[in-house]
Amino acid sequence: MMLSGTFSKQALVMSSTRRDFLSAAGAVVLGAAWTPPARADAPRRGGVLTVQLNGEQRVLNPAIRASTGVYVVTSKIMEPLVDLGPDGRPVPVLATAWEAAPDGKTVAFRLREGVSWHDGKPFTSADVQFTAMEMWKKYLNYGTQLQLYLDAVDTPDAGTAVFRYSRPMPLDLLLRALCDLGYVAPRHVFEGTSILENPANTAPVGTGPFRFVQYERGQYVIAERNPSYWRQGTPYLDRIVWRFILDKAAAAAALETGQVQLSTYNALALADLDRLKSDSRFTVSSKGLEANAFNNTLEFNTRRKELADVRVRRAIAHAVDVPFFIENFLYGLGKPATGPIPSSSAAFYPQNPPPYGFDPKKSEALLDEAGFKRGAGGTRFSLKLVPIVNGEDVPLLATFIQQSLQAVGIRVEIVNLDTAGALSTIYRDWNFDLATGWHQYRGDPAVSTTVWYRSGSPKGAPWTNQYGWQSDEVDRLVDAAATELDPARRKALYATWVKAVNDEIPVWMLTERTFLSATSKRVHGDHNMPRWGSGDWHDTWIDA
Amino acid sequence: MTILLLALRRLAASVPTLLLILAGLFLLLQLAPGDTVDALMAQMGGGDPATADELRRFYGLDLSATAQLGRYLWRLVRFDLGVSAIYGKPVATVIAERLPVTLLLAGSALVLSFAGGTLLGIVAARRLDRWPDTLISTLGLAFYATPSFWFGLMGIVLFSIRLGWLPAGGYEEVGGGLTGLARALDIARHLVLPSLTLALVFLATYLRIMRASMLEVMSLDFVRTARAKGMGETGIVVRHALRNALLPMVTLVGLQAGTMLGGSVVVESVFALPGLGRLAYESVVQRDLNTLLGIVFVSALLVIAVNFAVDLVYGRLDPRIAAGR
Repeated sequence: MMLSGTFSKQALVMSSTRRDFLSAAGAVVLGAAWTPPARADAPRRGGVLTVQLNGEQRVLNPAIRASTGVYVVTSKIMEPLVDLGPDGRPVPVLATAWEAAPDGKTVAFRLREGVSWHDGKPFTSADVQFTAMEMWKKYLNYGTQLQLYLDAVDTPDAGTAVFRYSRPMPLDLLLRALCDLGYVAPRHVFEGTSILENPANTAPVGTGPFRFVQYERGQYVIAERNPSYWRQGTPYLDRIVWRFILDKAAAAAALETGQVQLSTYNALALADLDRLKSDSRFTVSSKGLEANAFNNTLEFNTRRKELADVRVRRAIAHAVDVPFFIENFLYGLGKPATGPIPSSSAAFYPQNPPPYGFDPKKSEALLDEAGFKRGAGGTRFSLKLVPIVNGEDVPLLATFIQQSLQAVGIRVEIVNLDTAGALSTIYRDWNFDLATGWHQYRGDPAVSTTVWYRSGSPKGAPWTNQYGWQSDEVDRLVDAAATELDPARRKALYATWVKAVNDEIPVWMLTERTFLSATSKRVHGDHNMPRWGSGDWHDTWIDA
Repeated sequence: MTILLLALRRLAASVPTLLLILAGLFLLLQLAPGDTVDALMAQMGGGDPATADELRRFYGLDLSATAQLGRYLWRLVRFDLGVSAIYGKPVATVIAERLPVTLLLAGSALVLSFAGGTLLGIVAARRLDRWPDTLISTLGLAFYATPSFWFGLMGIVLFSIRLGWLPAGGYEEVGGGLTGLARALDIARHLVLPSLTLALVFLATYLRIMRASMLEVMSLDFVRTARAKGMGETGIVVRHALRNALLPMVTLVGLQAGTMLGGSVVVESVFALPGLGRLAYESVVQRDLNTLLGIVFVSALLVIAVNFAVDLVYGRLDPRIAAGR
């Protein structure tokens, strides 16, 4: 208490200078976004932006559900404490300044003044405290893990929130994570209610540039301009309409007929994205979505005696021609991964080459060496592969792996299930030899990625280490990096960790990809920061 | 009054069937790997076990399967369909929102295919083995053999993208603020392509049945009598043959009511219509047991109702059937 008291005072003193500096920097950033490079004229006010979505979420509250499908709608209505700037560094949103204590156990946030909720009530530190303790820590996926050691949030005054941790929390980890996991919900709407059942989960109340208007299940969500938004003079758009068009061919048709102007996070078929790339009416690009890199994965159940041998796992990696797959099945939209940390993650990327090149001879040699010689019919052994269909490319990759492994004498049987079935089969029943799906990187390895490798995840937790694989060194590196306060030392720890897991490959990351947007050229002020699909769109505008 | 009594008797007779269907479906879904929380985890791209446990408690999945089934049936007895896991609203509300779209789509497709099938069937039968018959029969076969999603997509490509005459999808103009007649016209415009798509597949069946039935009736004695008394061909077809030939058609309507509800899944997906079919598909993928059981329940009631109506129509078309009852 002592510490946080003196500490918040210090943060307040800091903030006056720092805030001025940051808001000045913010103005420069915004100024740059206001004038799109290709056009000299000023942003137009008014108009409706219609966005296609390919799936419907159960709730629209990013404080209890972390998912791009939630952000793509609600990040325009609710706001996080911090967001990513154009250069990928955290910039102020609802928090204007922050300061961590030297021991890393307290982080103080100075909050923006003069911000009000869409229902007119003022935004204060009490909202931050309530959201952090009652939502992020209790219900938010990835948030519960991130805030596991959060003891309390102190609110010395309405404009200061002090997070107290029982274990050191690296500031850079917290800030990067809060861009996704730091959306603030109004305390006065949720307090004293059952949080999961609160109607505001599907009719969000926020502080953002757009106010929620209507959610017609199965059809559309509408939000309109918030006239008293704190970034004065914005937003430009009158309305945003999100339409649910699940069929990918129908979605492409809606884009081509002008019914919708934007489709993001790969909501279209890869073939259509490839086709629209050469259509002068649209821009197809991964720019503005760099923060959500993902990989195609291959997970090994090391309870199988063959797969317990690291030589077999390496042999399998050597047997699959990843560049060929990317070129011919992904329309060239991706590159071979170099490990679990994608190259877009500047703060951690260790700059190593892809660990396993395509080399069927070496693969066969490794398999022979491991003692699994070709038997009757040229087959060494058989494996069961369960695809988790996150995207249309997953079944293709499953077949590609099947055929690639056939060539080196491993027979693969593909078990087709829908996503719910695949998740429980793999992570709860462990009833698989190989599994393939996506790994999504969320800004910091400690948020999304190390759980894929660290031992000790309870049985049944999806996308965690359920492969019966354990390494003391990897566990130690993961734990050390999660509490290391010095950014340079954290980076070094993660570089060592990448090397270790690349060596052992309990999971093999094959490709490294970013999501794609197809955007009508009528839309401007778009894709100007690395998580724009989940951004607030206050500076986005549309031609008449 | 007798009709009401008859309806009640029919409904009471279907209660055991309904219960069997619901309990069977419940057990069948227990066999599918994964529950609604797994589906939710897949949708949100992962989460930790604490969240999953919390959600399982929230959805009542921490109970045993028998306890869940018991709870469901007990609720059903009190006409409570439960709460939808995907939508967080009572299942009855969710279905009530979706039902009009599906009824409108299936209804207009039914009318289109029935009317079109009848007309084309008569023409084909009247011009037996000449070019109109060959043309109609060939087209019918082609429609029947072509998957409906392909028709839908081609319709979109031609009428929406190339010609720009009709909207590419959706139920109505979003946020258009239309009311009354303007809204009805807007919805009608949106439903042209979907109804046609759904109707084309069924059209072929109706056409072939009508053709065969017409040929049979035209060879009966009473038609020859009508001819003998000097009646014109058109008069014979309209006043004498048609009514008799319609009986198998009406039977088919009853049989296909269920198929039509199911067949609308594809069309609803292609045209982004918020109907019951898409809801059913979504509930399976999301393992939303309450919603799925609710849909099955309502669909079963619908099919029962349609077949009851068909029985009544029999009596109108052919008094002999009603007299025998």
